[in-house]
Amino acid sequence: MRSLINDPPIKTPPPGVQRKLITGVALIALLIAVGPFLPKWLTFLITMAASHGLVSLGIIFLMRGGVVSFGQGLVFAIGGYVAALAFVKLGFTDAIGLTFIGGLGAALVALPFAPLIARYRGIFFAMLTLALSMVVYGILVKTDVLGGSDGFNMGRPTLFGQQLADILSGYVLYPLTVVISGAVALAARVYFDSPRGLISLAVRDNELRVEYLGASVRQTMAINFVLAAFVGGIGGALTVLSLGHVNPDFSYWTTSGEFVFVAILGGYHSVLAVFVASTVLEIVRSFSGLYFPDTWQLVLGVFLLTVIRFLPHGIGSLWSNRELFKRKGGEK
Amino acid sequence: MDQVITILVDGITYASWLFIVALGLTLVFGVMKILNIAHGSFYALGAYAAATFVAWFATLQLAPSLSLVTMFLAAVAVAVLVAPLCERGLLRFFYGRDEVLLVLVTYALFLIMDDLTKLIWGANPYYVSQPYSLFGNVTIGAQSYVGYDFLLVGVAVIVGIAVWWGLKRTRQGKIVLAVIHSEEIASSMGVNVSRVYTLAFGIGIFLAALGGALTAPMISVQPGLSVGVIIISFAVVIIGGLGSIPGAAIGALIVGLARSLAVHTAPVAELFAVYVVMAIVLVFRPEGLFTLTRARKI
Amino acid sequence: MKHHHFQKRQLKRLTVAAVVAALVFVLSAGVQAQETYRIGIVSFLSGQAAESFGIPAVNAAKVIIEAFNKGDAPPPYNKIGFGGMKIEPIYIDENGGATKQIQEFRNLYDREKVDAVVGYTGSGDCLAIAPVAEEMKRFVAFFDCGTQRIFEENKYNYVFRTASHATMDDVALVRYLKARNISVSKMNLINQDYARGHDSRKEFTHAMAQLYPSAKMQADLMPKFGAGQYGTEISSLMSKPADLTYTSLWGGDLQAFILQSSPRGLFKRTQVVISAADHVLPSLGEKMPDGVIIGARGAYGLLSQKSALNDWFWDRYQKAYKAYPVQTPYRIAQALMGVKLAVEKAMTANGGKKPTAEQLSAALTGMEWPSPGGRIRMALADGHQAIQDNAIGSTRYDAAKKMVVLDNIHHFAAECVNPPANMKSEDWVKAGFPGAKCK
Repeated sequence: MRSLINDPPIKTPPPGVQRKLITGVALIALLIAVGPFLPKWLTFLITMAASHGLVSLGIIFLMRGGVVSFGQGLVFAIGGYVAALAFVKLGFTDAIGLTFIGGLGAALVALPFAPLIARYRGIFFAMLTLALSMVVYGILVKTDVLGGSDGFNMGRPTLFGQQLADILSGYVLYPLTVVISGAVALAARVYFDSPRGLISLAVRDNELRVEYLGASVRQTMAINFVLAAFVGGIGGALTVLSLGHVNPDFSYWTTSGEFVFVAILGGYHSVLAVFVASTVLEIVRSFSGLYFPDTWQLVLGVFLLTVIRFLPHGIGSLWSNRELFKRKGGEK
Repeated sequence: MDQVITILVDGITYASWLFIVALGLTLVFGVMKILNIAHGSFYALGAYAAATFVAWFATLQLAPSLSLVTMFLAAVAVAVLVAPLCERGLLRFFYGRDEVLLVLVTYALFLIMDDLTKLIWGANPYYVSQPYSLFGNVTIGAQSYVGYDFLLVGVAVIVGIAVWWGLKRTRQGKIVLAVIHSEEIASSMGVNVSRVYTLAFGIGIFLAALGGALTAPMISVQPGLSVGVIIISFAVVIIGGLGSIPGAAIGALIVGLARSLAVHTAPVAELFAVYVVMAIVLVFRPEGLFTLTRARKI
Repeated sequence: MKHHHFQKRQLKRLTVAAVVAALVFVLSAGVQAQETYRIGIVSFLSGQAAESFGIPAVNAAKVIIEAFNKGDAPPPYNKIGFGGMKIEPIYIDENGGATKQIQEFRNLYDREKVDAVVGYTGSGDCLAIAPVAEEMKRFVAFFDCGTQRIFEENKYNYVFRTASHATMDDVALVRYLKARNISVSKMNLINQDYARGHDSRKEFTHAMAQLYPSAKMQADLMPKFGAGQYGTEISSLMSKPADLTYTSLWGGDLQAFILQSSPRGLFKRTQVVISAADHVLPSLGEKMPDGVIIGARGAYGLLSQKSALNDWFWDRYQKAYKAYPVQTPYRIAQALMGVKLAVEKAMTANGGKKPTAEQLSAALTGMEWPSPGGRIRMALADGHQAIQDNAIGSTRYDAAKKMVVLDNIHHFAAECVNPPANMKSEDWVKAGFPGAKCK
């Protein structure tokens, strides 16, 4: 291990990456192990939190490069619609296959826009992605074949050719979602710490320096955009598998707003934090809806403000790289 | 020919309403760099305040035309009472943070205000329809319009000129422009930036509330008003260029006319018309039609 | 000495604690002994549908449940609660989209342990909830949503709709035009650009094609949902003169449309028909133009027929809220009454125990019951989908009563405006209403 330190720094995984991966795998195993003992509403909540967390993780890909998409609902919707359509129209029912079809579909839709969008920064990036997602929302509402604004339902997926019984389905989709989300999250961690992933952080700090050093900022941003779409599409597909329903609201701006919130609440340094943030949001929403049926939006709003105010660098700042934040704080 | 006139008139009346609201949005962004999602909530608040004020005014038995003054006062009340509360009591704690993060803060504010207006005014509808009939009807071409619709055009023009004059010709306005241009330099020249913020936010909110108050006579004031306004006024300022006053005017006209053209010639496309225009403008002029190019920092 | 004192104090505390614990135990046992029936009620408490539909529905639910729990509703609803069990309602806001609703629905059953769920105004929410209820094997009664797709695209065992679907709204409207000999050679349409608007537009044009085959469509407008500003649309409607202007707008959008189009003379130039407008009449008052033909998605409110049950309901609601009940209060009333009778029917069958979801579903399947808006019969979709009578009337502002009243009311029997059990509604309308029984 010690000899690694002498290698060129770019190839060295930053300290702790292996530890993070091992922690990640352990956490996934733990979640699956406790699954059968949790109440059903909680496993469903975690299923939703994990699949929604993936969509927010997509935003993290972009946030590391310094931009935030306010239209991530678009890839969420594409992933969901593609998976549901493959199920309903093509009769393709395998859960894992559907998940990847969803991700692939979203990435393919994002691909032609990637070079264009890579030119935008700041609020303009946010607004262009928002506009795109709202155009897609409009198209989906218009398309009566796809159920228009009511959307449509899909049946129960199969797994490895096996039908899932009614009672079983929750217990199968929960670990499936946890495993897929976990695997994607770990892959994201590896990517973030790879040379290409680290370029994103450099772009965030100073684009011109990165270009002078010979890397292509545009290309980095375009690739991040497509990856974000792929990850978000997987999240959309997983959501639809568990919900059994998809509708144009997936692409509405308030949906995107919640994904952005989770991404910011998690912070772009920790992948795990995004999923924690996603779970926290689901829990707050779930209980405020029940205990404050008349004022749940107010409760949610106050919660958002409190978090943004007191955890400026996201939940992740509670456990990772304290020095980094101190340094950053002093910079401004 | 008649149809062309109708399309123009419809487009312009819609645009004038949109301009009043979007001007407030673009002003707040220009000065504070906050894209305020809660702008629609202030619009709704203006409509509710107008409902309350006009109802109270009706008990005074004064000349009906004065009800317009009451509606104006309702917008002033929102700007004087609620705007500073939000700015001093909430937003200032987030200054200097990322633009996108501030969008999220205003999203939270939007959620909170939506429920608060419901708690204050309840779910029942309010009508302020009395001022709507003040100006009778006007016939243009083959169409009969309500005179009130053109009041909006007049107000939009006056508001536009007033804000432009205020910025270019008054001392306060020049200070605001200095802050828009560079907050750092303005601040080092001794400008009290936080005061400028409070002022700009107050004016921005006044315009949102004025838009709501002026719309109140044409609608039923009830929950759910805020959502519809946000995205369309976003589209206007994105098309025109964030922070640009002529941009807001041109953006409002483009959106108004695009929508009017769609309704009269291809109603199926109405839902998209606005977003498509917005996307096209963003593709060719990423920063909108009226934005100065900014130097990249090295 | 001190030590002793301490012990004594501790002992005292212990005693108090024991007594409290015992009391709590006894009390909680007492509570447990009296079984309650938990029911989740989901409707719009915020957003655009709150004012017109959600909040009136919840208000009515509160009145009805209070009466049930006191046992002072008229027969056959005079047993306390549901079969002697006090009803414990849990209200949930329907605003926030179908995804949120699926989660809330699961929470209601899995976490809050409700025994039944009654709710949903949004068709999208109903479509999304139905398969979830079926998968969970839990009971749900939709009280308000209109889309035919729920039971025409799928079969469910645990899912019910206790009100007619949307077909009768437009079929009755067109039959009414025919019955009053209103001639239509040209028509304009304005409907919101979302599923309900699209569906209403389609149903109305299909029904018109049957009874007015020569009527030509002029303007066919689709404003965005929640547009609020209709100046442009009104110009378009005015520039294309037509005998008839049809709209399925509702709530705030409908009110804004009426407020903006009435001063421009739209209502003088064309016969306006609105598929569901009863809910805006009390608030609009004199601002509602005369002679507008409207429906209420059932024989509700001013369109309802006199009966002891209706008078009772009207009275209770009016006393509590200083307004008469419109469509959603009637719809939730008929849902709660149906579920109550089904629970009690299931209890007579199972020996008085709280019924399971299966027993409750079996009891409600194909059931019939009286409601303030007329008789409800679970006649379609193998006994899961209700049919009921409908009525249409035309508006007139009564200055003496200071309210809008309805004239020229025509009632339509359920079989006249609803499809038979073996046909999909669209096919039925397109085939010329085969088997329809009209008086």
